[in-house]
Parts: sequence; C-alpha cells; structure tokens
Amino acid sequence: MPSVLQARHAVMLECGLHLVSQRLFVPTQSLVEIRDVNFSYDQRPILNGINMSFGKGKLVAVMGGSGCGKTTLLRLIGGALKPTKGEVRIEGQVIHELDMDGLYAMRRKMGMLFQFGALFTDMSVFDNVAFQMREHTDLPEELIRDLVMMKLHAVGLRGTHHLMPAELSGGMARRVALARTVALDPMLILYDEPFAGLDPISLSVVGQLIRKLNDALGATSVIVTHDVQESLKIVDYVYFIAEGVIVAEGTPAEIIASDKPFVHQFVHGEMDGPIPFHYQAANSYAQDLGVHA
Amino acid sequence: MPIAKTLRAIGRRSVNSVWRLGFATRFLVMTLFYSGPSFRRFHLTIKEIFSSGVMSLIIILVAGMFVGMVLGLQGYETLKRYGSESALGSLVALSLVRELGPVLAALLFASRAGSAMTAEIGLMKATEQISAMEMMAVNPIARVVAPRFWAGVISMPLLAALFSAMGVFGGYVVGVVLIGVDEGSFWSQMQSTVDFQQDVMNGVIKSFVFGVAVTTIALFEGFDAPPTAEGVSGATTRTVVQSSLAILMLDFILTAFMFRGA
Repeated sequence: MPSVLQARHAVMLECGLHLVSQRLFVPTQSLVEIRDVNFSYDQRPILNGINMSFGKGKLVAVMGGSGCGKTTLLRLIGGALKPTKGEVRIEGQVIHELDMDGLYAMRRKMGMLFQFGALFTDMSVFDNVAFQMREHTDLPEELIRDLVMMKLHAVGLRGTHHLMPAELSGGMARRVALARTVALDPMLILYDEPFAGLDPISLSVVGQLIRKLNDALGATSVIVTHDVQESLKIVDYVYFIAEGVIVAEGTPAEIIASDKPFVHQFVHGEMDGPIPFHYQAANSYAQDLGVHA
Repeated sequence: MPIAKTLRAIGRRSVNSVWRLGFATRFLVMTLFYSGPSFRRFHLTIKEIFSSGVMSLIIILVAGMFVGMVLGLQGYETLKRYGSESALGSLVALSLVRELGPVLAALLFASRAGSAMTAEIGLMKATEQISAMEMMAVNPIARVVAPRFWAGVISMPLLAALFSAMGVFGGYVVGVVLIGVDEGSFWSQMQSTVDFQQDVMNGVIKSFVFGVAVTTIALFEGFDAPPTAEGVSGATTRTVVQSSLAILMLDFILTAFMFRGA
C-alpha cells in the first residue's frame, strides 16, 4: 500500500505541480554547465579555467574570500557579463551567445536575490512582488493579488503587503526580496550573499526559506556566500574558489571533514594559512620602520 | 614638462567629453526606440508627469509671478522715459513668451526635477535596483528611463506656459493695479503685438527643445553615475550645470533661427 507521501507525489505530479521536495528524487541532468570559463576585468584576471555543473533540483554554494570572483561568476550565469574564454550553458544554451530577446527570455526563467534585496523603493511590498507578474503576464489583478499573498505568506510576511521597503527591517526586506525572486516560479535561482548583514534569527530563517523554496519549486539554486556555517546546513554541494580557480569541492560532509589547508582555514575561520593575514608589501617590516640591521 | 602635462590633460578631457556626448546621443536614441511602453502603459508616464511636472508647479508659479512683477517695475521705469507706459503689456508679454518663460522655466525645471531624476536613477543603480530589473528581464530604459523622458518633454512646455501666464499676471498686478497704467491699453497693446505663430509657438518649440535637453542630460547622468554616494552627488551637480549651459546655448541658437530679421 503506497504511503501518504507517495500518493501526494503522484497527485501533484499529475497536476503539473512540483510542490514536494526534489531531494526525494535523484537528479541526473545538469541545468547549468560552466566550461573552462576565464574572465578578466581590463587586464586583471578574475576567474581562470572554472568548470562547474549544477544539477536540476540541487542547491549549490559557491564560497570563497571577498574579491575571489564569486559574484562575477553569478553575473556570468545571469548573462550580465561575457566570459573572455569558455562558456556558460543553461538548458544547453550558451548564455553569452544569446541576443537581447533570447537573454531576456532566459532570464524570465531565472530569479536573482541581490545582496541587500534591491527592492524598488518607490513601490510597496505588494507591488514589488507583483512587479514581474504585471510585466510578463496578462493575469487579471485579482489573480495577481492572490499569487502575491501566497508568495508573501510563504516567507511569513503577508501582513507587510501594504508597507514600503523603507519600513522593513533588513531581514524582512531580504524575505520580501526572496518572495519577489520566486514570483514567477523560476527554474534557476541565484543568490548573491543572501546572509550578509542579517542577525542570527533572520539568517537562519532566510537559510531555511531558501532550502524550502528550492524544494517546493523544484528549482536549481546557486548561492554565492562566505557564510560557511549557515550554508553547510542547507546546501547539497559546495565549490570553493580562491584566486580565480576552484580549490575544493564536495558535499557539506566532505567539506567539513576535509584536511585541505584552504578549506580548513576557511571553514574554521583561521587567521593565517594559505590566505595570508599580511598583504604582500614591497619592503620588509624593518625597512618600513626605518630600522637598519 | 608642465606644458606637455597640461596639454595631455586638456586632450584627455576633450576626448572624454566627445565620448560622453556620443554615449548620451546613443542613450537618447535608445530611449526613443524603447518608448513604446511609455505610451502603451501611459499610467507610467502620468506618474512621472506628477513627480516632475506637477511637483514643480509651486516653484514655477511663484518664480513666474515675481519675474513678471520685476518686469512690470523695470519696464515701467524705462518706458516712462519715452512716454510709452501703455506699451508695458507688450513688453512684459513678449519678454516672457519669447525668452524668459521658456528659459527660466527650463532652468528651474533642471534644478528641481532634473536633479531629482538624476539622484533617483543614480540611487536605483547604487542599490542594484536597475540590475535587479535587468535580471527580471525588464528593460530599464523602457521601464524607468522612457516614462521619465516623456514626462519631462510633456511637462516642460506646459510649465513654461504657466510661468509666462503667471508672469503676465505679475506684470499686470504691478503695472495696472499698483502703478496705475491704463488697463485697456495694457491688454490691447499686448493683444496687438504678440503674434501667435511668431511668438507663442516659437516659445513652445523652445521649451520643447529645452525639455528634451534637460531630461536627456538628467537621465543620462543618473544612468551613468558611479554607484557610490560621491558618484551620485557628482552626477546631480553635473546635471544642473550641464543643463543650465545647454539651455542658454540652445536658446541662443534657436533665437538666432527663429527671430532673425523678425
């Protein structure tokens, strides 16, 4: 006799709904493929020979120190930047080869949560979440209202629909931005430092919401972050980037057990290690202090 | 070599200015190209007409009133020397409709609404709202820039007309009510000398051109502003300075074409 959960799966899949955790299914296909990507700002190399693969339904974290190229990678996936070499494929399509219409069509299937939410400050919370629905669909206003309320309810902020972004706390603004990000049920969700500047409770709430929304939507999520502890609780796989290359990768359990010096320093927040405490100086310390041996 | 260094700096600034002029022109062309939604969803443009046009009404009306009153006073003092006080109405109306109305309204519009447009778009850029819009597959030129552009272009001639109307009223208050110039001659002289095509329409064309110039500069500076507090403040300053210079320069060029030999 099938379990209640299996029965729910069957009904929901039949209805075209993917509201059950995708963790229960074994993903075999990649939604995003990054192949041998190099990127430079002017002459300054940022990424060098990056290869990554994000499976459908997976929640993947890309970690690394500040300025290591994490956000650049996110912008390459979103088509905001073009790689100097290599390619980023989403659903088999090379992003940087798409024309404007093709890129915008692809972006309609994506959602991106920006570091500080990037809510439109001249619109209410309701209008922020309804923005994409009004721009990209012909849904009647009554249906948009219901959908917006459902999205806000999912992040626990239905009661804020009439407020302006300036009236929200940092954590609330991030949750509203999350509701806006998933407004059109995207297949790929990109998160740029979603935990930055949040208090411990908000941080945990946002982390759990990211996991739950990813599973409920059956989406693929990429989180760029340097919040190790929170990320390792919720993600399926982790890539570590340092100086433009992938230095480690694995499941959270593998990362925690890793004895690689870089991973160890990063995960345990050690002051010195492969990432030195002292920035390289032209002169020795003694020379800078004017002490001559 | 200080001379070589100075020359290099001048050259660099000149090349940079030409580049920026090119970018601004391309920006204007793109704004026109993506103007469809501004008219299909006219409520977006109306909202911007409210923020840039309606919210500028107070400063425009008050300034117009005072300019008209000063014109009334100064004009009367000058005309009295020649015994032509009855021409006060013509002097006030022609000065306002041909020159002062479009030019001063545009200068005030650049300071009040132009700087606000630059600051708003610059801050939208600094807080990643523009990037967010792009990632949502919404073209920010079509959604943010074009409605503001058309709002400025539509508002400017209306504000200039209101400025001139208030100025004429101010001139009437000072000339007729306070000084005692004959009311009949004030209005009849004005009616007989102000030509609709030559004076009023040319004033409207001027204010339309100023509207295009001011909003293009304001929107471009906002869109091009470095996403920092200093960048936005610099862009706002540049908007007011460049708009003011552009208005005065364009006014000279337009006047030379419109009233040559008239």
